[in-house]
This record gives sequence, C-alpha cells and structure tokens, in this order.
Amino acid sequence: MLGYLFRDFRRPASERPSIVWWVFVALLAATLVYLPHQLGLAGLMDLSVIFVLALLALSMSFLWGYIGMLSFGQTVFFGMGGYVYAVAAMNWGTTTLPFLLGILLPMAFAVLLGFFMIYGRLSDIYFSVMTLVLTLILNKAMRATSGSQFVVGDVRLNGQNGIPGVPPLQVPWNPTVTLFIDHVYYLSGAILILVYVGLRLLLTTPFGRIMVGVRENEKRIELLGYNSRRYKLVAFVLSGGLAGLSGTLFAIWGNFVAPEMFGLGRAAEVIIWVIVGGKATLIGPIVGVGLIQYLTTWLGMQGVGQVTLILGMILIIFVLLFKEGLVPTVGNLLVRVLGVKSNDAAKKRDHK
Amino acid sequence: MKLSRRQFTKLASGGLAFASLQGTLSSAGIASEAPIKIGNILDQTGGLNIYSLKQMKAVAMAVDEINAAGGLVGRPLELIFYDAQSSNQLYSQYATQALLRDEVDTIHGGVTSSSREVIRPIVQRFESLYFYNSLYEGGVCDRRHVSTGMVPGQQLDALCPYVVNERGGKKGYILAADYNYGHITSRWLQKYIRDLGGEDLAVEFIPLDVSNFSSVIARIQDAKPDVVWSALVGAAHMSFYRQFHSTIGTDQMMLAGTTYSIGREQVELSPEEGEGIILATSFYDGLDTPAANDFVRRFHEYTGETDYIGEYGESGYRGIALWAEAVRRAGNAEPDAVIEALGGTSVEGAGGLYTIDGQTNHTIMNIHVAVQNDKQEFDAIKTFEQRQPVDTQLVCNLNENPNDTTQYEVQLD
Amino acid sequence: MDSLMIYIYQVAFSFSILVLISLGLALIFGMMKVINLAQGEFLMLGAYFCVLFSNMGLPLWITVPLAGLAVGAFGVVVERTVIQFLYGRVLDTLLATWGISLFMIGIITTIAGPQSHSVSVDVGRISVGGLAVPGYSAIIIAGAVVMLAGTYAIWRYTNLGLIVRGTMQNPEMSRALGTNTSLIYMFTFGFGSALTGLAGALLVPLFGASPTMGALYISKAFIAVISGGPWPLIGTISASGLYGGIDGVISYLYSPVLGEICVLLVAIGMLRLLPEGITGHMRKGI
Repeated sequence: MLGYLFRDFRRPASERPSIVWWVFVALLAATLVYLPHQLGLAGLMDLSVIFVLALLALSMSFLWGYIGMLSFGQTVFFGMGGYVYAVAAMNWGTTTLPFLLGILLPMAFAVLLGFFMIYGRLSDIYFSVMTLVLTLILNKAMRATSGSQFVVGDVRLNGQNGIPGVPPLQVPWNPTVTLFIDHVYYLSGAILILVYVGLRLLLTTPFGRIMVGVRENEKRIELLGYNSRRYKLVAFVLSGGLAGLSGTLFAIWGNFVAPEMFGLGRAAEVIIWVIVGGKATLIGPIVGVGLIQYLTTWLGMQGVGQVTLILGMILIIFVLLFKEGLVPTVGNLLVRVLGVKSNDAAKKRDHK
Repeated sequence: MKLSRRQFTKLASGGLAFASLQGTLSSAGIASEAPIKIGNILDQTGGLNIYSLKQMKAVAMAVDEINAAGGLVGRPLELIFYDAQSSNQLYSQYATQALLRDEVDTIHGGVTSSSREVIRPIVQRFESLYFYNSLYEGGVCDRRHVSTGMVPGQQLDALCPYVVNERGGKKGYILAADYNYGHITSRWLQKYIRDLGGEDLAVEFIPLDVSNFSSVIARIQDAKPDVVWSALVGAAHMSFYRQFHSTIGTDQMMLAGTTYSIGREQVELSPEEGEGIILATSFYDGLDTPAANDFVRRFHEYTGETDYIGEYGESGYRGIALWAEAVRRAGNAEPDAVIEALGGTSVEGAGGLYTIDGQTNHTIMNIHVAVQNDKQEFDAIKTFEQRQPVDTQLVCNLNENPNDTTQYEVQLD
Repeated sequence: MDSLMIYIYQVAFSFSILVLISLGLALIFGMMKVINLAQGEFLMLGAYFCVLFSNMGLPLWITVPLAGLAVGAFGVVVERTVIQFLYGRVLDTLLATWGISLFMIGIITTIAGPQSHSVSVDVGRISVGGLAVPGYSAIIIAGAVVMLAGTYAIWRYTNLGLIVRGTMQNPEMSRALGTNTSLIYMFTFGFGSALTGLAGALLVPLFGASPTMGALYISKAFIAVISGGPWPLIGTISASGLYGGIDGVISYLYSPVLGEICVLLVAIGMLRLLPEGITGHMRKGI
C-alpha cells in the first residue's frame, strides 16, 4: 500500500491519480479531524503554522517543479498578503473582504511583475535573482516605515516592529464570531488539503500538461503553436495568489505581520523546505515544511546551544546524500524494498 | 555552582526545564511540593542573543536562590526555557505552548518591542501574567504586563540635564535606530533638550542593518553639534562608535547613549573607542554599592564567568525577584491574585530599590549617570533616586481602566 | 571644491567596500557558477581570524594576510568536503552553502560568544574637504585597489592564471589538454575564499567582527556579482562603481536607507535591461 502510494507520488504529474492516492487524501482529512482530540491547543497552533507555511512551499514548488521557474522571492507575495489583510481588516473592522484581498492583490501584483519579467524574456537564473532582489527591497522599504507619517487609513505600518494585534478572522455570515486557535487549525488544514488536491488535478488537465512541457522544452512547446509565455504568466499569477493566501493565513494565525515576512531568511527557508522535501512532488514540500519547522521548534527547547549549527549540518547532509529530497528518496527505497512495479516500468506501460 | 546541563531535565512535553538540584530542594524541605512554573522565552540563538545570554543565566540564578531559601509560598520553582531564535513566529508558538501545554504561572522574557507585542495578546487571551525585563520606549498599559526596565521618562529625565546643563551640550545631533524604540526615544530626547533650553540640530533614523556610517558622520561634522545623542541598537550599529572614534572622537565632541552599556557595548569596543561616552542606566557592574557588588560576586560565582553583566542581565534577576515578592504578598501564584498584589511590591535590588507602580505596572527605580573611563569601566557621576515612569503615567491609569491593553504613544509637539 | 572632494571620498569608500565584499564571490561565481551563500560568513571568519591574531600581539599588516591565508585554507577544505560533489548543480550548491553559513554562525557563536569584537588601529584622521575621515579608510581604499590589481596580475601574467582562465572559458577543452580541472576548481575556490577572508580582516577596525555580520553584506555582494555578470574582474569593478557611486552620493545627500533602496531599484532596472549582467555580452574578458 505504502509502496503504491509512493509510486503514485512519483508518477508523471499528468496522469490521473490512482485510487490509492484518493484513499491517502481521505486518510489525511480524517487525521486532520481526529488530531484535535489528541493534541492540546498549543500543539494545534504548531501544526497550523506548518499548514500555513506549507501553502507557501507549495506555491514555490508548483512553479519550480512543474513549469521550471525558480522564484526565489515568493515571500514578496507572502508578505504582501499578510500586510494587505492586516491593514484592510484593521481599517474596516470586517475580515471577509480583506481575506480575499490578501489573495487578489498579490495576484494583481504578480500580473504586473509577470509582464515585466516573463514578457521581457528574462532568463532562468535572472528571474530568480530579480524576485529575490524585489523581496529584499520590500523588506527594506517596510523596515523604513517606523515614522508616524507612514499610515494607511488608520493603521500605522510601524516599520521594523511590524503590526501587532491583527484581528482574527470573523465568520462571514456572523461577524460577531471570530475564529479561535482550533478553528484556524481546521481552516488552514482544510485549505491545504484542497490546494494540494486542486494542484494535483490541475496538472492532469491540458493546461498542466503544457506547463510540464514548457519545463521540459520551452522551444518545442512554442513550435507546437502554444504561447509559452502566457502559460508561464498564468502559473506565476496562480502561485502568487497561493503565496498571498499563505501570508494572509499567517497573519490570522499569529495576529501579527512584520517585515521579516519579506526577509532573506524566510525566502531561503522556502527553498530549503522544498529541496529537503523534494521538489518533483507536491507532497514533498509539505513534508519538508513539517520536518524543518518541527525541528526548529523542538531544538529551541532542548538547550542544545546554537540551533543554527544543527540546522546547518542537516542541510549539508541533505544536499550531499539525499539529492532529490526526502520524499522521492524514501519513495525509491520503499518501491525497491516492497517490490512494487518500478516507476519506469509503469511509465513505459503508460506510454504505450 | 556552575550552570550546567545536569540541572536541566526533560519535561514530559519535550520541553526543557531548569530545575534546582534535588539536594537543594530537599534541604529546603520543599522537594515534594508541586512546583510553581515560570516560562522564560529569550533568544539564545540569532542576531539578538547579545541581549539574552546574561539574562538567561540571571533568571536561572534567581530561581535557584529562591529554591535554596525554601521556595515560594512553600513550593519549589521550576523554570522552563525556550529559545525563540530571534524569530517572532517562535515567540508566538512558545508563549502559547508555555501557557497551554506547560501550564506556567508566569512568562518572563522577550527582547524586542515586537516580541513583547506578540506575547502580550497571548498572555491576555489565556489570562496569565507577563514580565518584560528590558528597557523600552514606554507606553504599554496592560495589567497583565509588567515592565521592569527603564523607560525614556526615567532615563532621559536624568541624562539630559546632566549633558545639557552641566556639560554644556546645548546643540545636539540625534541618531536613533529606525524602529519604535528609536522613534519614540528621539522624540523624548527632543522634548527634554528643548525644555532645557538646548537645540536639536537634526534627527536621523538608522536602519538596524546599516553598519557604514561614513555619510552620517560627514553630516554630523557639517552640523557641528556639541553632543551626539545615540539611541542606536544592535550589532551593526556598534560600528558607529568605532567610526566616530576614528573620525571625530569624544575628545572633540560629546557622545551620550541611551542604550549604551545595555548590550555590553563597552566590552566589545576597544578601550579607546569607548572612552568618554556618557550613559544613564539602572544598573552597571561598577556601581560600587554593597548590593551591586554582592550581586556581581554571586553572579560570577554562579556562572563561573567573570565578564561584565550589565543591565540586561540584572533586569532578568530583578524581574524574578519582583514577581516572587508579589507572589509572597498574594500568598499564591495564581496570575490574577499576583496581579492584585503588584502595585507597591518592592524589592531591594542590585541597582537600588525597585517598586512596581500600580498605576502603570512599570517600575520605579534609581537611575545612574556614568561616564566610561579608559579601562572599559564606568565612573559614577550621579545617582537620581527613585525615578517614576513619568511618560507612561501621563497616558496610563490601570486603577481607573483595568481593561486597557493599549501601547500608547505619547504625543509631543 | 570642498564638497566635490567629499563626494569623491564617499564614492571611493562605498566602491571599495563593495569590491572587498564581492570580489571573492565574483571569482567563484564567474569561474565555477557556484553561488556561495556563505560568502558573508567567510568574511566573518576572516574578521575573527584578524581579531585572534591581533590578540596574539601581531600588527595589522601581518594579521590581515594571515587571516586571508587561513580563510583560503578553510575554503579549500570546504571545496574538497562539500562543493566538489556539487558541480553543475547550481541550486544544490546554493543550499549547501546556506547550510555552511548557518553552521559557521553557530560554531563561531559557540566558540567566541555572540558579542562583537574589535581591533583598534590608530592611524589618525585625515582631512578631506574640511571634514575629518578615518585615516583607516585610506587603507581600505588601498586594500581594494591592491586586491583588484593583484588578482589581475595573477590572472593575466602567470601560467596558473592562464590555465584558470582557460578552464573558465572551456572546461572540456582544458581537460582535453591535460589540465586537472578539479584541482583548478579547488584552487579558485580557495583563492576566492582567501580574498574574502582578507576583506573581512581589513574591515574589522571600522566595522568589528560579530557572528551574524555576514547577513549585512551578503545581499549587497550578491547583487553586485549578479549585475557584474560572468567576468569577475571587469564585472566587479563596473558593478561596484555603479552601485558605490549611487550609494555614496545618495547616502550623503539624504540617508543611508535611501541609498540602499536606490541601489536595489537600479539593480532591478539593470537586470531588466542587461539580464546577463554588465559583462554578459562580452566574448572575452577577465
């Protein structure tokens, strides 16, 4: 069963997921509902932030793993989503529209950026660098807003300190009820599963197949008459929206936003999650986030001294020994040990 | 006794607890009682750890001493430490964890204002009590929050008259770190300087990651002030003192710092670079009172270290001492009972008498003005006895508005 | 006239700092397409070696080259144990060097503590356009020039330099001609690391040494190198000149933060216009 599941993770994304995979998703959902009976609120809070950041990791791995665009600065949209939600919700006292804006404004910004970069035919590594520089600029710019003159509506941007006291999400049809820690857990968990399933299914559509085609050979796709730039733009905007959603949920989760959401540290962390988990799958990045976040939180309570020392060693070991990331490596191992028909055989069969 | 890993024991939840040795507890006759738990969240790792490392140890020492002396209201203390790694996300996670999973009776810690603002709403939500043991910009009005560090109204009220009147620093040039603390402190500086008949030539805000001050120093030389006021913060800003020394120097122009010595700056600078800098603080090692000398000796004995401790370290000890005294007055460690007992709680500490002002939950303390000599130490100039947190008192009255949780920003013009 | 001098000084100083912090990175990137995210920590290591040697009583003109050598040796170790397995995997090198950077911050904090250290060098003050500037900044400017000239001389006039440049332009061909490219890569990485260590040591008297100082420099160095493009020397000089000029003037006229934001904005414009960097279209270069 496990072997089949891992084989499914590694299947070409354009294939429809198998029944085993659907069972897996159902099990995930069931676990999500079951866990609150086991964990206290603090545990749920730790899990929720993993779900929220997993969306950010997915926004990057979707773009990188499936259309081949490495955006170093998904934090641009992450931070923007958080700030938009915070500022709008604090100004208007309602949260439904700000929640939507936290997704839509980053998408709009992604359209602008996309025109600038994708239609400017920026090559791979420079696309990555450009997005990184942009997140550094936003980080610097937000840090420079400590003065009392930097106000949006009634809300001080507050520079380095960030904005504390971001209001919790209200139930859209009954604004007097706000979401508590366990509700945020259910919400972020449900969104994560939906996004995961959604992206998986998207990849089986003609759109998804062309995306993968662009990754494999952009020239050929263009010669076949597709406008590859349009596909890139759409993928970029989608992933921007996803990162924006993650940022919005992060603001709701922690009740604060701060310039560190745009920071180099967070930007690099996203890459680390994706690489540790494995970029060629959608489940990999989610596992990567969970692992690294859990480790960071756990190490902080162990009195081990310098946490960075241990994280650094783990990274080096991963790059040297688990080239493809955790999920594909474990998957390969399981497939071999359990004697499931290998991926290549499956691929060959499917190509016939 | 050395602070060692032996004293750290694993909690069932996987957390790390600091517990006094079993021998200490049993000789004090409290080994079998259920402990009172304290959560201490600080940055052992990351860019802010220069402020945290001494405080961590001072807090552990305070807990150990209380245990050795028979515990608190008949129960031993247990300290649970969390390394927030200079990340606000972790502050948020650990504060929740401390209150819900580890069920601590009070949280101490937090370094930056932003970490404090992340912790406060969580403490509010789960109805506990939070001690913020750090100097800060003032204005927090919250009955579940106690500030044991200096606020500008205390510090500048002592520092400014000395510099402007006694040293003739009429024309001032203000450099402040570009975040809340710097902005608010610089406004107080302007007010005090003007009230004293001085003049503030310029205020510049410096982002925390700027370490090249050559353009700033050029502008200072253009403006020709008598004194440069520094409210600079963090490792990058340390370069300012180095570059000031290699261009202007304290022999040519006075340099007064509101944060100087707090992050142990004088130890990190060479003796020449720091000589002559003027500061005001609620504690420094060379204070040379019996209480201060005794504290320094105990700390050195406890940790096995011999270097400078400074205000950030001492205020961790101060926070535990004040909290413990309030617990004694309340008769138990229930947060709400302790909060009732906070006002007027008073301990004789290393920097002088500390008393919690019930109107604001801030601390009344002595402020010491000092100047650095050529041996990386401070020479005492003057002590201002029992300064009130006047700035916060202007805007905050917890007796009248117990449900207030705002951080006020004093409007000056 | 006075103010002109001040501008020239501000620009020269900013330029030199940029050259110092990015030349080693540029060499490694240009040569091996490895982006060393631990560049900032290599600087930091150089600074700590400088403090260590100075505390042993050595004068600055010995400690700085020694620190460079020590970091160079460290670079060789890193190349042999980690980087050499990752050639051709640009992103993996990014991740591995990020790991190295975290590791180095952790280990230095554990050994030397979190506080910053300084080395006091009294070389007096000099007057530029009526303003006092640190005498030491002349040493920094001279250091940057010497580093550029030295690298040029080695690259241009020695046999080794020829082989290195050949390997850079066409690794297959060099290998066919009997060059051990693996050794050349090791040498280049070590050389780049040594330059970075040298720079870190040179910066100590004005900027100090602390475990997290790398983060202050890495993004600037990164941007300068990417804008400079594939040819390390010309690229570094032109990018540092451009950004140093903007930063020097705007910081003096307005504020340091505006200077940095302008640099980043210009960097974006540059990348849009010249996506492969300033030297991206040069067939030949150095």
